[in-house]
Amino acid sequence: MKRYVIIGNGTAAAGCIEGIRSADAEGSITVISAENYPVYCRPLISYYLEKKTDLRRMHYRADSFYADNHADVRYGIQATGIDAAAKEIMLDNGGKLPYDALCVCTGSAPFIPPMQGLETVQNKFPFMTIDDALALEKAVTPESRVLIIGAGLIGLKCAEGLHGRVQQITVCDLAPRVLSSILDDKCAAMMQKHLEANGIRFLLGTSAQSFSGNSAVMQNGETVDFDVLVLAVGVRANTAIVKNAGGSVGRGILVDDACRTNLPDVYAAGDCTEYHDISSDSVKVMALMPNAYMQGHTAGVNMAGGAALFDNAIPMNSIGFFGLHCHTAGSQPEGCEMYEEADDSHIKRLFVRDGRLVGFMLIGHMHRTGIYTALIRNRTPLSEVDFARLKIEPQLAALSAEYRDHVLKGAV
Amino acid sequence: MKRIYVKEQWCLGCHLCEYNCAFANSGMTDMVKALRGKQIYPRIQVETGADGVTYAVSCRHCTDPLCVKSCIAGALSKKDGVIEIDHEKCVGCLTCVLVCPYGAVIEDGSGVAQKCELCMKNSCGAPACVKGCPNGAIVYEERGEAK
Repeated sequence: MKRYVIIGNGTAAAGCIEGIRSADAEGSITVISAENYPVYCRPLISYYLEKKTDLRRMHYRADSFYADNHADVRYGIQATGIDAAAKEIMLDNGGKLPYDALCVCTGSAPFIPPMQGLETVQNKFPFMTIDDALALEKAVTPESRVLIIGAGLIGLKCAEGLHGRVQQITVCDLAPRVLSSILDDKCAAMMQKHLEANGIRFLLGTSAQSFSGNSAVMQNGETVDFDVLVLAVGVRANTAIVKNAGGSVGRGILVDDACRTNLPDVYAAGDCTEYHDISSDSVKVMALMPNAYMQGHTAGVNMAGGAALFDNAIPMNSIGFFGLHCHTAGSQPEGCEMYEEADDSHIKRLFVRDGRLVGFMLIGHMHRTGIYTALIRNRTPLSEVDFARLKIEPQLAALSAEYRDHVLKGAV
Repeated sequence: MKRIYVKEQWCLGCHLCEYNCAFANSGMTDMVKALRGKQIYPRIQVETGADGVTYAVSCRHCTDPLCVKSCIAGALSKKDGVIEIDHEKCVGCLTCVLVCPYGAVIEDGSGVAQKCELCMKNSCGAPACVKGCPNGAIVYEERGEAK
């Protein structure tokens, strides 16, 4: 009977459990969970603050998930090391755990750059976990002035979550635009305008230089007084455990299309990894929940002796604020051609390179956009489709008749 | 399992399936009251090809459902082959709309996702689009599984 060990208990770990069980009903699965919760939906913590969900509904899987999959979860324990030669992991309670196949799903942690006087701030929170959200919820009152450092996905979702629960929200970012990792200037400007119309104040192109108690001095000289500080500058992949064991690590733990690290029988999945983005043909950290699941599932199948590949990964994000939605996927390489459609309430930008769709940004109108995403993931030559029609609206009718028949006339 | 398939040579392009779908999922008993003067958000979409041919597209209940794998709320699942949404858990992030390669998950007009559940969860009991198609262009039958 094979012994499977999973370090971490997030989405990638859940995918790994389901992947293992799709190929092996017998082997033992042990999950090392630092957090004292069954797997939950991390990105939903802002929806929790917004009261669009609650702790029970945030569970990623049914209550019987671990029992159904015969997985033994050890809560409140951290793995401290991997002995790849002896094929065992070390635990912070002094114990050791042998494995035949290991999956590292350690996720990421908030990155907090050194800022002068940060230690003098009493009410400061990262925004990553349920515990962060619960602590933040406790700290705010209807009179609170909140300063959020970071106008990325985490900072802005936090702003939306807190809206209506506090008096004032200011978001600052060193980047000159909001959501700088996924939007270009024009798209970001539309989203910023919408956020401002909903009462969020921005200080862009500047960040906090120093803190003194409840006051921040910005790099541009402005002073911002606040009651609660949220640190959402960015995240770093938790790679140390693999690095210390001699594994290949860049900005994340390097994994191939089978989700293998370079250590024998050690796999990795989720936000802790870096892997191949086919849209830009480069290796990068793509800390995205869908990819985390797909990597975890791929790793699980392979750990159990199957043959699975996750070989069409791309960055993709679906995110909305105050009713304005945005879909992005792939990349926007230098020198690509762009097709654009825009008015006051929506933008569509499609990026084409070497006869293939490699990326898009859409704001406002989200209808059947997965057809575009599939063109990127499948690397479909645009010569095989009616791109003039696709530009206007995603539709199967603009794809080849063979593909349409394949999709609509038999099981796929 | 039985799935919905289209016979495009019989499709009239009348869009009645879209109305039957919207009505079946409205929870109401009177079609006129349910649909009159309202923008509908059907879970089946009639497309028109460049050659003028028309056909309806709905969830394929596929073998490797990207929507289920991608759902950030754990709200999508596959039960006995049918892919369904737990509307209690859905927060309306629309990641499923972003990943469905067939464009078969649709925003419902109020910001959350919806898709064809083969009328298993409404009072219709069998796909309303199939039952109501005037020319037999939509069928509900067994055609085996994908390899």
